[in-house]
Amino acid sequence: MTAMYSLVFVFLLVLIPLLGVGSAHLEFFFAVCVPTTAIIIFLAGFVYKIFKWTRSPVPFRIPTTGGQQQSLSWIKQNKWDNPSTGAQTFMRMLLEVFAFRSLFRNTKVQLNKETGVLGYASAKWLWLFAILFHYGFFIVAVRHMRLFTDPVPFFFTALEFGDGILQVGVPRLYLSDLLLVAGVSLLLVRRLWDARIRYISLFTDYFPLLLILGIALSGIYMRYFAKVDVVAIKAVTMGLVTFHYADLPFAQIGISFYVHVFLVSTLLVYFPFSKLMHLGGVFLSPTRNLPNDSRIKHHENPWNPAIKPHSYEAYEKDFGPAMHEAGLPVVDPANRGEEG
Amino acid sequence: MAKMKPEELIKGLDYNPPSTSWMDLKADTSAGNWAYPGKPEIVKYLIGEGLPLANPREWVPSDEDWKLPPNWRDIIHQGFHERLEKYRSLKLFMDVCVRCGACADKCHYFIGSGDPKNMPVLRAELMRSIYRKDFTLAGKILTKLTGSRVMEEDVLKEWFIYFYQCTECRRCSLFCPYGIDTAEVTMMARELMHLVGLNINWILEPVANCNRTGNHLGIQPQAFKDIMDFMVDDIEEVTGVRVKAPLNEPGHEILFITPSGDAFADPGIFTFMGYLILFHYLDLDYTWSTYASEGGNFGLFTSSETMKKLNAKMYAEANRLGCKWILGGECGHMWRVINQYMDTMNGEIQGPQMTTPVNPITGTVFKNAAATKMVHITEFTADLIKHGKLKFDKSRNDHRRITFHDSCNPARGMGLLDEPREVIKACANHFFEMPSNTIREMTYCCAGGSGLNTDEIMDIRLRGGMPRGKALAHVQEKHDVNTLSCVCAIDRATLIPLSNYWAPGVQVSGVHELVGNALILEGEHERTMDLRQEPLKGFEDEV
Ligand code: SF4
Ligand code: SF4
Repeated sequence: MTAMYSLVFVFLLVLIPLLGVGSAHLEFFFAVCVPTTAIIIFLAGFVYKIFKWTRSPVPFRIPTTGGQQQSLSWIKQNKWDNPSTGAQTFMRMLLEVFAFRSLFRNTKVQLNKETGVLGYASAKWLWLFAILFHYGFFIVAVRHMRLFTDPVPFFFTALEFGDGILQVGVPRLYLSDLLLVAGVSLLLVRRLWDARIRYISLFTDYFPLLLILGIALSGIYMRYFAKVDVVAIKAVTMGLVTFHYADLPFAQIGISFYVHVFLVSTLLVYFPFSKLMHLGGVFLSPTRNLPNDSRIKHHENPWNPAIKPHSYEAYEKDFGPAMHEAGLPVVDPANRGEEG
Repeated sequence: MAKMKPEELIKGLDYNPPSTSWMDLKADTSAGNWAYPGKPEIVKYLIGEGLPLANPREWVPSDEDWKLPPNWRDIIHQGFHERLEKYRSLKLFMDVCVRCGACADKCHYFIGSGDPKNMPVLRAELMRSIYRKDFTLAGKILTKLTGSRVMEEDVLKEWFIYFYQCTECRRCSLFCPYGIDTAEVTMMARELMHLVGLNINWILEPVANCNRTGNHLGIQPQAFKDIMDFMVDDIEEVTGVRVKAPLNEPGHEILFITPSGDAFADPGIFTFMGYLILFHYLDLDYTWSTYASEGGNFGLFTSSETMKKLNAKMYAEANRLGCKWILGGECGHMWRVINQYMDTMNGEIQGPQMTTPVNPITGTVFKNAAATKMVHITEFTADLIKHGKLKFDKSRNDHRRITFHDSCNPARGMGLLDEPREVIKACANHFFEMPSNTIREMTYCCAGGSGLNTDEIMDIRLRGGMPRGKALAHVQEKHDVNTLSCVCAIDRATLIPLSNYWAPGVQVSGVHELVGNALILEGEHERTMDLRQEPLKGFEDEV
């Protein structure tokens, strides 16, 4: 049901530029005003969110240790899963951010009710789907930079060349387009398929997936089917980033472009205020980005409250006579409780 | 003991969620689903000690009326706000979960119960739903669709049921792509609940005891001495040697602190004897203390203030007695507190006499304890073994076929994995690992920590213990394992019913019990029995 709402919502979003450009001819509004505002909101929102997180301190070091600690010299430390220095922690984070290492550990519990055997199967599907999706998305996004740079830096052309290396069709098929659509669809199917995941899923889980799928499909449609005028698009995008809006060839671009841009703008606006901010959050997670060194080095808790232990003096007052009788040392003679 | 047989329990398990949305399901507050609430006089005592608890009263969770303060909503809201400002972890964990479900089947309570609210992600959503409503814009507008809801009494009741049904074991955190630690969320939820008077006695009574008498069990100093004398007698009976047992003595280099569970009952006392034997063997310059006779810290299950207060005693006592460093016994959450919090919370009360620990027998400098000045007993013993300082007769553990249970806290909050294994392998011949998905950092909880070690919720404990129990039954079947060793006093208490239920016949032991058995003491007579006074292999007829 929630998935349906999200789908309907994405359709509504598609309708807006269809009507706005198709009927009302608000090309300038949809090609310039909407994306510019969206980018501003995205950037400001992203920074705001990171700022908001970092404003709260990390009073304690609470890394989840995934392996052997640094201990005796002859015991092999698991440096990447239980780092004790900054460099080791950096490696842990690299692996986390670029290889989704924690997710790679995933297992699935399997209970055989007949035999009573509780087994653990490797379950790397989620990892695989997530990798496909994120790398697909990343490459697609970076490749788009070609539209916003002039001259196009070598890096972007090289990436584009590599991406299209299969040389299939005209225009050439990008592998990353496939990755992205496959990744996002698989994640969606998984969410709908697995009863448990469906149970925990919210509107806010389906919506971004469907939105991104919509973005990918509209982009693919533009490029491979509608075969929009790329030269005109580049003129518009360059106009956008250089703030020169006069004489841009809006009319030469098919309407699918406006749908694509509108959906991307929606994503940009939605991003900082949603779970998509895990992009920024993953870098800040205190269970991953801290070395396990609080036995080694002192760390300061900025709000450390002044709390004292129940004192030994009070303790001895309480139990002194009994301690004395039992032959335990009693420091203050007054607490010994002896007569006379 | 559970009403159901293990087979029946397994047959009844269903991992498929119900058709009703979780928000529409009320928590079951009938008896058996909760541990007894804190006694009013104990709550009052702790409030008097300056700890952030409130609303002492007689109340019963299965009653409709929980006798909350009239402004409980404001208190929770305010407390929530405060904690968001104090802990980046909380803020982040509220915001970045993508509900990917990677953590869903990682929690032993979910595996043993199939209750979807025991999936870590959903457990945290119980709190996140309120966070969204109270602290985010989208949550204010779209409500249920975006997973937000209004704080009601039913929500609070649900918190009480499910946040006390989390052992803060962090297994979920290991698998989460963002390291979201539901244990951390649980800790915050409990702090909030304490502010309106929702607490459980199994946590608060030990806290109160520990504060006043020095240990959870409320053992008073003279009784503590009696216990030690009794153990010294028993050791003499087994070994023929009368070991030294210094208590509250100033002027020694090392202060030794272990959880008081070891002083209390089977099988902890055998581990306690193991320490005494080892230290006597080494002629260690050390002392025990009655004032700091507790390593375990139930503050971890209560609030950071409580944790700090209880932990501070260790340094206070080291200072008073003039000790240079502290040696810590086998305990799970004690070590999580020492590793993650101790120096940050209490570093400033460390006296100037304290120095980076050095093993007086081997000269090894424990650089990894440079700040806390506190060394784990298995680090210490492993170091001795490596340097060939201990003479063992391994065959004295031959009647034991041993496996090792990694306690969650030292495993996932510290990384103490190889040290205990080194010790066990050095003093016993038969050691077998449980399946790799259930040990080391992936270890499964004993399902008894965090205030669940209580009989009124035995069913929940046994369910939660199922993954550990199954792994144990596996090695029992495959390798004839009859001993489950561990380095945690809570484990030594909670694993017993668990193994009786899931793997009957397996005994639970500490690691230093094995050390005590194998260590060859100078002047000892021929040993025919182990510290439990059970016959050694080959002496079955003589005892
Ligand atoms: S694994 Fe982490 S991100 Fe995924 S559902 Fe669990 S807590 Fe959320
Ligand atoms: S910390 Fe442990 S008990 Fe709590 S939700 Fe995570 S896995 Fe379950």
